[in-house]
Amino acid sequence: MQLTVWTYEGPPHVGAMRIAASMRGLHYVLHAPQGDTYADLLFTMIERRDTRPPVTYTTFKAQDLGADTAEIFKIACRDAVERFKPEAIIVGASCTAELIQDDPAGLAAALALPIPVIPLELPSYSKKENWGAAETFYRLVRAFAPAPQRPAPRVVRPAGERSCNILGPTSLGFRHRDDIEEVRRMLERLGVIVNLVAPLGASPSDLARLPDADFNVVLYPEIAGTAADWLKRNHGQAFVSIPPIGVRATADFLAAVAGLAGVAAPAASPAALRMPWYSRSIDSTYLTGKRVFIFGDATHAVAAARVAADELGFAVCGLGTYSREFAREVRAAAVRYGVEPLISDDHLAVEDAIIAAQPELILGTQMERHVAKRLRIPCAVISAPVHVQDFPARYSPQMGHEGANVLFDSWVHPLMMGLEEHLLGMFRDDFEFNDGAAPSHLGHAAAPVAEAEDPTLVVLARPVAWTGEAEKELRKIPFFVRGKARKNTERFAVERGLQTITIETLYDAKAHYSR
Amino acid sequence: MNAMPPRTGAQDCGPVTPLRQRGQHEVFCGLTSIIWLHRKVQDAFFLIVGSRTCAHLMQSAAGVMIFAEPRFGTAIIEERDLAGMADLHEELDRVVARLLARRPEIRMLVLVGSCPSEVIKLDLGKAAERLARLHAPATRVLHFSGSGIETTFTQGEDNFLAALARELPAAEAKAPPSLMVAGALPDVVEDQFRRIFDALGIGPVSFLPSRASSGLPPVGPATRVLLAQPYLGEAARALEARGATVLAAPFPLGEEGTTAWLRAAADAFGVAPGRFDAITRAGRRRAREAVGRHRAELEGRRVFLFPDSQLEPSIARFLAREAGAEIVEIGSPYLHRQHLAGEFALLPPGIPFSEGQDVDRQLDRCRAARPDLAVCGMGLANPLEAEGIATKWSIELVFTPVQGYEQAGDLAELFVRPLARRAVLKLGA
Ligand code: SF4
Ligand code: SF4
Repeated sequence: MQLTVWTYEGPPHVGAMRIAASMRGLHYVLHAPQGDTYADLLFTMIERRDTRPPVTYTTFKAQDLGADTAEIFKIACRDAVERFKPEAIIVGASCTAELIQDDPAGLAAALALPIPVIPLELPSYSKKENWGAAETFYRLVRAFAPAPQRPAPRVVRPAGERSCNILGPTSLGFRHRDDIEEVRRMLERLGVIVNLVAPLGASPSDLARLPDADFNVVLYPEIAGTAADWLKRNHGQAFVSIPPIGVRATADFLAAVAGLAGVAAPAASPAALRMPWYSRSIDSTYLTGKRVFIFGDATHAVAAARVAADELGFAVCGLGTYSREFAREVRAAAVRYGVEPLISDDHLAVEDAIIAAQPELILGTQMERHVAKRLRIPCAVISAPVHVQDFPARYSPQMGHEGANVLFDSWVHPLMMGLEEHLLGMFRDDFEFNDGAAPSHLGHAAAPVAEAEDPTLVVLARPVAWTGEAEKELRKIPFFVRGKARKNTERFAVERGLQTITIETLYDAKAHYSR
Repeated sequence: MNAMPPRTGAQDCGPVTPLRQRGQHEVFCGLTSIIWLHRKVQDAFFLIVGSRTCAHLMQSAAGVMIFAEPRFGTAIIEERDLAGMADLHEELDRVVARLLARRPEIRMLVLVGSCPSEVIKLDLGKAAERLARLHAPATRVLHFSGSGIETTFTQGEDNFLAALARELPAAEAKAPPSLMVAGALPDVVEDQFRRIFDALGIGPVSFLPSRASSGLPPVGPATRVLLAQPYLGEAARALEARGATVLAAPFPLGEEGTTAWLRAAADAFGVAPGRFDAITRAGRRRAREAVGRHRAELEGRRVFLFPDSQLEPSIARFLAREAGAEIVEIGSPYLHRQHLAGEFALLPPGIPFSEGQDVDRQLDRCRAARPDLAVCGMGLANPLEAEGIATKWSIELVFTPVQGYEQAGDLAELFVRPLARRAVLKLGA
């Protein structure tokens, strides 16, 4: 039993729902109680989807238990097929239905429906949303692109005429909508034909065409990794699974794709790629060594760490993921940045790690955005779980060249606001300003932490006392380095066995650490 | 458990036989009540004993994660608990011990049952008794069902108040008559009502739930209960079991509803009619004027209400009588005929009712009727908007202060807003 307030991932049937909602001509009949219909709002509210997701819930009640829940399931299946006329249905159980063991697979099979039925086994008490999405996509791929009876060697098309599938984008994915556009454009510029994008926008019969492609491009291994492995083993399709997030990863991605396609990798990056110059330009100097804490799904977290360190000159001070299935990748990356990897789906543990790391920027999920707000640390969102704000009206990919430009803007702009706060700090003694004046983008509703003069005061119990004067002097230091200054000074004092910190101590410590 | 069949012996007060179709329901389960209950009772913690789905529901329905550490959480049952590798009661004790150590300010722990906990027959009553012994006297422990197989949306509050009713101290034998207002109301509304009751000379007045679990009001045969919400079937029954008398009244939505509701209390406490008129005159005038300002926008508008909070009949009555709207259909998850008798008496005759839901067929009816406004849940709103039907989220009716005289205008405004927006936008096709 685990105590949870906020979760990074929903149950596995929500993952299956994301696949169903991504595709055309597929319907999901879910054996579940009425409250589980809340999941519809994820699609209609967060993503502003203009139709209901293609899901029918049986909404059985206590009075049905032991009597006719199985019958209710059968009626729901038949009605859904008749009303929505899908090409195929997927059937399964939510956490509650799993306990009553009605066997949706067997019940649906007994109905002898005129369309394919793909049963799903998604263990609700051990697995989670991304796993459920991956498993569902894999089951569908297997069902509609079955392994050949007698495997024949793949006919190699001439270089330059090869095609690929783009695998992984889904409904409710973080910027998947725009990533597809960007990646498709890049592939076509390379001379690679895109055979099919799946699951987003594909129908079950489209999946039958998957083996036509020469190779696969896996944008989100969390969702398409299992299917791509299977396609490789059974249809001989190689795959590229470098997420093209950032300038260098995009170049690596294009080189790998070019290799499989037998075409030349692009020699120069397009003029529209502004990110490298922006990062080299003079006003980016102040980005150097900014401490950044990164948390998200494995794909986005690992990619963000590389961009942060190599392309923006930040110092990665924390790296973690909630995707336990991809812990290995995150651990490997953490070694590269010399940080302790954080593999956890406990948001309180993540918050503690953030406080301990004292970052100047957080790249995280909506969950970390809220932590950042409370701690008054600039933040940008890089990964699901998503929020309505993560579906901007404008084109805003994370991947490819335009994606790199977007990363620069969305990670650096919160820090610009930070600079504004710096100015606010400089003018503190001006009669129109005072330490209590918070910038308006932080909101006016006084959060408990915001009420205190200095967030670093509240967050940690102070190991040594500060004299009033030293405390006052500390406040003169810009807020975004104040936390670090405070911590260093205290460490300095503790190491020297000092009881109180005076102005002298403060500057002694400063001199000590700046060596 | 708290099943939902109509109360035996209750005469059918409804004007019509509602349409009852068995199909997919599109309503939240009772767990969702916790979203407002945990804000209302400030020293309580609501611990759902359930699954990842329950936790995900809470976070999705609460929308943005606004509260740093809200006073609710989910003890997620895992595979090892089900496989018998861990004893569920021991696990629960461990989770609760950690929780209370972390949140020492909690005075009342409320265990909330879910579908999984009920299907595996985890006895939360037994658990609550045991935990109460372990954590007495610092923390009181209650339990109720918010599961989707037993409850819809607001019925979670109903079950919670019923549990609370069983905990209330007994009033002294010779206690004078007192008034208890049952049903969570926003603090601002509660304060307004309290002032009116004071002015009417009605008292002592208590509210259930109280803002702090330490201030539980006494109950007994001299207690007169005024229901502030229409979904309190179980709570009313539990209060009656403690000797209290439930006063019959429409619900305090709109000028008319508020007046009738206050009058039920005034009559029970023998307030002279002249005094009642004098005390309520200003509020009634303000409410009528405030609603009147929106009437032109709502008059003749055709409104379709999907089932959600059980407030639907009262809302329809307000819209029809005070705003001049035409009601196309009143859907409700459950119609408590006895408590709704006052509403049924006021509603214009001939309005189609539906109880329970087959959402697909109900959407067919809605599309065919092409109402000017559909009041519906968050899962349906954007799809209906995309089909050209203006919508209002029904959940706003439980999250916004709408009861009483001073909020009558706000209530009307809630329905005007989507219509006004359509008039304002010049976006082309
Ligand atoms: S319907 Fe049942 S399983 Fe679903 S969220 Fe509600 S209590 Fe949990
Ligand atoms: S929102 Fe206002 S206070 Fe915040 S950065 Fe922008 S201009 Fe400054």
